[in-house]
Amino acid sequence: MWPRTRLGQPTGYIMSITNDQRVATAAPQKPAFHPSMLLYDQRYRSITIQIFALFLLMLGAAWLIDNVVNNLRLLGRTFSFNFLWQSAGYDINQRPIEYDSTMTHGRAALVGFLNTIILAILGCALATVIGVIAGVLRLSKNWLVSRLVTFYVEIFRNIPTLIWILIFGAVMAESMPAPSAFRGDNASSSMIFDAIAVTNRGIYIPSIQFQTELGVLPIGPFAPSLNWILILAVIIAGIFANKQLIAHANRLQSETGIRPKTWWKSILLLLLPVGVILVALGAYLDYPELRGFNFTGGLHLRNSFLAMWLGLSLYTGAFIAEIVRGGILAVSKGQTEAAFALGLQPGKTMRLVILPQAMRVIVPPLISQYLNLTKNTSLGLAVGYMDLRSTLGGITINQTGRELEGMLLLMAVYLVISLTISGLMNVYNSRVKLKER
Amino acid sequence: MKKNVLFGTFAASMLVAGIAQAQSTLEQVMARGELVCGSNTGQAGFGAPDANGVWQGFDVGFCRALAAAIFNDPNAVSFVPLTSQTRFSALASGEVDVLARNTTWTFVRDVDLNLTFVGTNYYDGQGFMVPRELGVSSARELDGATVCIETGTTTELNLADYFRVNGMSYEPVPVDTAAEAQQQYLAGACDVYTTDVSALASSRAAFAEPDAHLILPEVVSKEPLGPVVRHGDDNWADIVQWTLFALIAAEELGITSANVEELKTGSNNPEVGRILGTDGGFGAMLGLDDDWAARAIAAVGNYGELFAATIGDQTPIGLARGLNAQWTQGGLLYAPPFR
Repeated sequence: MWPRTRLGQPTGYIMSITNDQRVATAAPQKPAFHPSMLLYDQRYRSITIQIFALFLLMLGAAWLIDNVVNNLRLLGRTFSFNFLWQSAGYDINQRPIEYDSTMTHGRAALVGFLNTIILAILGCALATVIGVIAGVLRLSKNWLVSRLVTFYVEIFRNIPTLIWILIFGAVMAESMPAPSAFRGDNASSSMIFDAIAVTNRGIYIPSIQFQTELGVLPIGPFAPSLNWILILAVIIAGIFANKQLIAHANRLQSETGIRPKTWWKSILLLLLPVGVILVALGAYLDYPELRGFNFTGGLHLRNSFLAMWLGLSLYTGAFIAEIVRGGILAVSKGQTEAAFALGLQPGKTMRLVILPQAMRVIVPPLISQYLNLTKNTSLGLAVGYMDLRSTLGGITINQTGRELEGMLLLMAVYLVISLTISGLMNVYNSRVKLKER
Repeated sequence: MKKNVLFGTFAASMLVAGIAQAQSTLEQVMARGELVCGSNTGQAGFGAPDANGVWQGFDVGFCRALAAAIFNDPNAVSFVPLTSQTRFSALASGEVDVLARNTTWTFVRDVDLNLTFVGTNYYDGQGFMVPRELGVSSARELDGATVCIETGTTTELNLADYFRVNGMSYEPVPVDTAAEAQQQYLAGACDVYTTDVSALASSRAAFAEPDAHLILPEVVSKEPLGPVVRHGDDNWADIVQWTLFALIAAEELGITSANVEELKTGSNNPEVGRILGTDGGFGAMLGLDDDWAARAIAAVGNYGELFAATIGDQTPIGLARGLNAQWTQGGLLYAPPFR
């Protein structure tokens, strides 16, 4: 905490001297205030300049707003968000919540928002996995491995992300077989394990369905399935119980020096309750099946989604790899040597000694990479991914002509998403940063 | 002193804003010395640059006629390629003076977007194109198909309505431009490509094997396409509108690019004289020269000539006149009288 005392205290010290002087000395010695002092007296000049700059800033803002209001009036346009309650009229292919073309523009924007969130979360997750693995491997002593990873990092971070997205989109659309190639007795393509179909319209994978539906939980516009909420709750409970088990084992180890076997208990705690609940709900896999023009059933990962997901994750992953490498290199070599001297294996050294210390260097720049990835999801329109930019900021604005309102709303939503991510990551950062005691 | 600076800045900014707003569109065009025309990003036959980078096509021809009417120079026009998504913002912001880009005249665009549709230069309708090998002969058989669709168009809304009304489902693949739609369609990433029939014909003409693709017989909407200007400048709207009517009336009255100079010296039909500016002083009423219409016709020909040269049945696009014949020939083209 020394920087604050060093900067703060002496100032206070000087202040207190001047205060004392003023109190101590007689009033007549203090020069009378004169307007020219606003410019020529060092004490006031900075305040004058700041007030002046603030005035200019406010004037600029006022001029812009006045301009907008005037121009809207000249064009005979009003400022209104009523369009959000009008019927949208267009269809969206990827719908996390129920939507059809008779629903409102607001509902369409919500679908777009959820698509943005889905892409951002999955993108950040994949980018982190890729980034951490690539960052660690780039430090590998194996020449081939480290050069291969260097090649990946350099080629991905030096080509714009939009180009990567377009490349992935084009590769999926141009080089994969059409669904019709799966048809007939001597089909030229076949499904992987009879379960996954890779086509030029995306990848179809089996999805989990239930024989017993518990219904939905209506929360405003959302209606999440109770089945999934139950499963999620059981998984979280399992993880929590497992944590207790590990903590108990740690305590026992520090008391007696003998660590009880926990692996089979962990597996049991994590998997058994989920298995039981899946059987109880009658879960089964719904396989994709070629019917008519397309595959139906299963889960359809569209080209647009795959192109965005891979493009964004591989691009951002390259940056994260460099951040991870930098973080690891920032941990003094003595730490590794000390860990080796204690007989820790390289894997454990990395996991238990190096990475925890590297985290405090890694996390702050990682936050900006997450924010970048989230904002880059707005490139979705390039491959027809129906995110918030494509629905509210694209089709809705185009069909209703409400550019100003739409763009303001878009800005507000992205701002809120970014601030939320930044806030959550800062909480995490304060947990991993160097604890001073 | 501070106040003076504040007032000075304020006054100066207001002055600049005031000057910018005072000019009419015609004055701006005149001062610039050229017309700025919002065009397609590349739709063969309607608006696309040729091998030499010169813009050619049916909509482009209309802009050239307008430039000839104003400047007596069909090349005093620059073309700004606009996607379906950017076209209205570009027009509203003043980036282009006129939009001639296969734009459908609809209520919301005319009234709520504050645009002025001056007329229809092509009566169109939405259709579907499929590869012949798909074995589909009617749009009613498209249940479950994947459909490539340009976003921000009326076709997007018609598509949703058509499938809904007929109780069919589909998977939309939204794309930004016609070129991208064609690429996705040819790659087989969608079964069907839907847009205006004229644009389908234009796309098909550009394919390597045009005969392998079939335009289905159903036309599912009315798509009156025409030039668009901003709301509020009625004189400019009149100029654009009557240039279009002049081209249509010229065909009806038999004025062609070949005989326009000859007819200017004398015609026994007084309406021809009024169009060509030898009588009535109509050009001055628009704020142009009296031979404005004669220049436009001389530059690109009358409506029929322009149609035949760019999209007619002798061109690779191969569109029949159909609804776009003169009213005397059973079509919908009908110019009000020049009187």
